Amino acid sequence: MTDKMAILGEGDSVLAFKAGGIDAYYASDREEAKDILRKLAKEYAVIFITETLAEQMDDLLKKFNQSPYPVILPVPSGSGEGGYARAKMKERMEKALGVDILFNREDK
Amino acid sequence: MSRLNVNPTRMELKKLKARLKTATRGHKLLKDKSDEMIRRFSALIKLNKTMRDEIEQSLSEVLKEFSYAKGQLSKGALENAFMMPTATLQIERGVTSIMNIEVPKLTVKESRGKEAYPYAFAQITSEADYSVKRIAEVIAKLVELAQIEKQVAMLADEIERNKRRVNALEYVMIPQLEETIHYITAKLDENERASITRLMKVKSMIAQRQGE
Repeated sequence: MTDKMAILGEGDSVLAFKAGGIDAYYASDREEAKDILRKLAKEYAVIFITETLAEQMDDLLKKFNQSPYPVILPVPSGSGEGGYARAKMKERMEKALGVDILFNREDK
Repeated sequence: MSRLNVNPTRMELKKLKARLKTATRGHKLLKDKSDEMIRRFSALIKLNKTMRDEIEQSLSEVLKEFSYAKGQLSKGALENAFMMPTATLQIERGVTSIMNIEVPKLTVKESRGKEAYPYAFAQITSEADYSVKRIAEVIAKLVELAQIEKQVAMLADEIERNKRRVNALEYVMIPQLEETIHYITAKLDENERASITRLMKVKSMIAQRQGE
């Protein structure tokens, strides 16, 4: 089964993805982004979402983790790193293992 | 720990013993499952971390290049160039299972149009060519990362759920059953002792009466 990918985000970084052949959607604020994401979830297999937006709708993204599709991936936006994806990784690690096995060395 | 509310009969005792056996076995199996999931999770999360580091690095480079390329173009030319991409990246969605959890498996299938670039060369600078090419590469990697990150997320959820089950069995179910079994055995023994003393008493009473 072939499927499409989409990017949801704000600003310039979305245009770059579009040039790469991905359907692009713009959202400026949180509510708008949520609505769009809900629609996209039915159509697309992979949805990239810029970190700044992802951070604002953490609760919604969590729900999508219950089924294999859609796959939603936070990507850093053009305006610097948000660190959202990193925080998520850390959270998952602590949830599953109870300890941090990756980031502790960096903190020191 | 509270015991279950059951009648202290031999029937119940038998039933409870069977349940305890099942619970202990289930607990062992779930514990093993948990161990294996954690082992896989640690491997996956390490991969996730290295890939993310790598990709964030290259993505920010690409985006920088892209905005540089963009800066050299007029807004109109830019829109013309990128609004109708010829390369549409397609992916194949599949499902594999890690420890019986259904996780996504993605493969990139690139279906390009006749031209590699979504515009005529006359319109656009070579920087844009280059960055468009780089973007396609990064996106392919991103898909891979997306797959792994989703697997990590789902595995983490499942590990947590499984941990709950293991703990419920270990700290609630099994102690409860053990306590109830102990209670019933004690009660049955007590009954038996009571009936023996009763019999002895009756016997002595009979003996006394015959002696008179």
